[in-house]
Amino acid sequence: MNYHGMRAIYRFEMARTGRTLMQSIVSPVISTSLYFVVFGAAIGSRINQIEGVSYGAFIVPGLIMLTLLTQSIANASFGIYFPRFTGTIYELLSAPLSFIEILVGYVGAAASKSIILGLIILATAGFFVPLHIAHPFWMLAFLLLTSVAFSLFGFIIGIWADGFEKLQIIPLLIITPLTFLGGTFYSISVLPAPWNTIALFNPVVYLVSGFRWSFYEVADVSVVLSLFMTVAFLAICLAVVGWMFKTGYRLRN
Amino acid sequence: MRPIIEIVGLSKTYASGFTALKHVDLEIQRGEIFALLGPNGAGKTTLISIVCGIVNPSTGTVHVGGHEIRKDFRATRSLIGLVPQELTTDAFESVWATVSFSRGLFGLPPNPAHIEKVLKELSLWDKKDSRIMMLSGGMKRRVLIAKALSHEPKVLFLDEPTAGVDVSLRKDMWEVVRKLRDSGVTIILTTHYLEEAEEMADRIGVITKGELILIEDKAVLMRKLGKKQLTLHLHERLDALPESLSAYSLALNSDGQELIYTYDIQAERTGITRLLKDLAEAGIRFRDLNTTQSSLEDIFVDLVRQTQ
Repeated sequence: MNYHGMRAIYRFEMARTGRTLMQSIVSPVISTSLYFVVFGAAIGSRINQIEGVSYGAFIVPGLIMLTLLTQSIANASFGIYFPRFTGTIYELLSAPLSFIEILVGYVGAAASKSIILGLIILATAGFFVPLHIAHPFWMLAFLLLTSVAFSLFGFIIGIWADGFEKLQIIPLLIITPLTFLGGTFYSISVLPAPWNTIALFNPVVYLVSGFRWSFYEVADVSVVLSLFMTVAFLAICLAVVGWMFKTGYRLRN
Repeated sequence: MRPIIEIVGLSKTYASGFTALKHVDLEIQRGEIFALLGPNGAGKTTLISIVCGIVNPSTGTVHVGGHEIRKDFRATRSLIGLVPQELTTDAFESVWATVSFSRGLFGLPPNPAHIEKVLKELSLWDKKDSRIMMLSGGMKRRVLIAKALSHEPKVLFLDEPTAGVDVSLRKDMWEVVRKLRDSGVTIILTTHYLEEAEEMADRIGVITKGELILIEDKAVLMRKLGKKQLTLHLHERLDALPESLSAYSLALNSDGQELIYTYDIQAERTGITRLLKDLAEAGIRFRDLNTTQSSLEDIFVDLVRQTQ
């Protein structure tokens, strides 16, 4: 194993985060705070409790997930796309690194950053609503699994994209709608038929539901199913990345 | 001793259908400086990229230091340092950080003393804390060399190292390359400056349209280069060479107006004095004379033209 290589990539990526502190940490925290002010305090005060949880508190897990998904994808995709764009990827490809090691470096850094962000947002939420975490272990487990899975997904996008536009298309056109429709701000049980059934085809529903369960023990779908879906998504991403490296897709033409 | 690089039957056809390399065989000896000469698009960079692991070959095998490049990629890539043609550097990192990063990437523990030595040798020491984007093109080129040397490679690829580099920097780089060779590093450089190949290389390979059309010791090439031609412009047309001059390697051009004598400048006697005396005795008078030397450039252009 090339530990020094993995460490070099990881530290390089984390240093990039440090340089762009405003963009990577401060801006998600500000936008999440705005959600709390608008949905939690302003509108939320007029909404009844959902399944015994105040609306402001109810949306906390969803908001963390929203940030987790968008930031994991943005970070990991940019992390690998930028060296391809500037050409510095030559060094990565000519280094004695296996694809697992490259992945650990890039995806590890992107996921670490997402987890840190998620925890910062959780702390920020604490200023607005009383926090209650029923299952801290599972909360962290979902946080970790989701960050890793979507960082992998971002990594795939970063390799697939051949322009900055493509880099943005999937997060904008697919992830954002799925997240907003995935029960971030509501329980899918409040949806009328057939939308409550259609919603079950949205993978984000499982992520948000499982994560919310770890806070308040309320869930739209069973926790086991949530966990299974998260791990399945992670496995699919891993398989795709494995294929990409094996064939040299868009990397070793 | 086994060559440090052995390339057998290497071909590369890109997905676009473009064939960049056609069945290339090449051996690089330990400790030599090998210059790969060829016009743009000849396949030089593709060849280097395959050996370094950046491009997958279509067919053929490559061994570096006795290891196969795909099966044993860790061993082969650890031996190699690559300085790419384009100035592809990060922008925001400091020189020190980017060179240290390269060392880590190649699996070595940090060694500030080595990085310091490399930076000093490349006159980058006073720039070590500068952001790369603040550096001039020539300095960026040095940074790329420093990155390639950060993990103490045994083989160094320099892809067009002096393209767009001013004369004094070029001389500096040649100096650096020589020092490296003296320390036992094998160096493969691509260039389309013949001057550079002539100045630096032990052996020269000429590649065009994906084919290696010539591999020769520089000394042998220089001997070919050592041939000179003396052209005598005659007063009167000659139909045939007189019998008395048959001992010389003389040629008469098609209209009989010019006599061409080919000789070796490195030989002890060029035979010119005797030839001129014999010509006078044979009653051949000439109006003018000139000499030409076939340069490496001519050889190169000839070779490339022949294959087209």
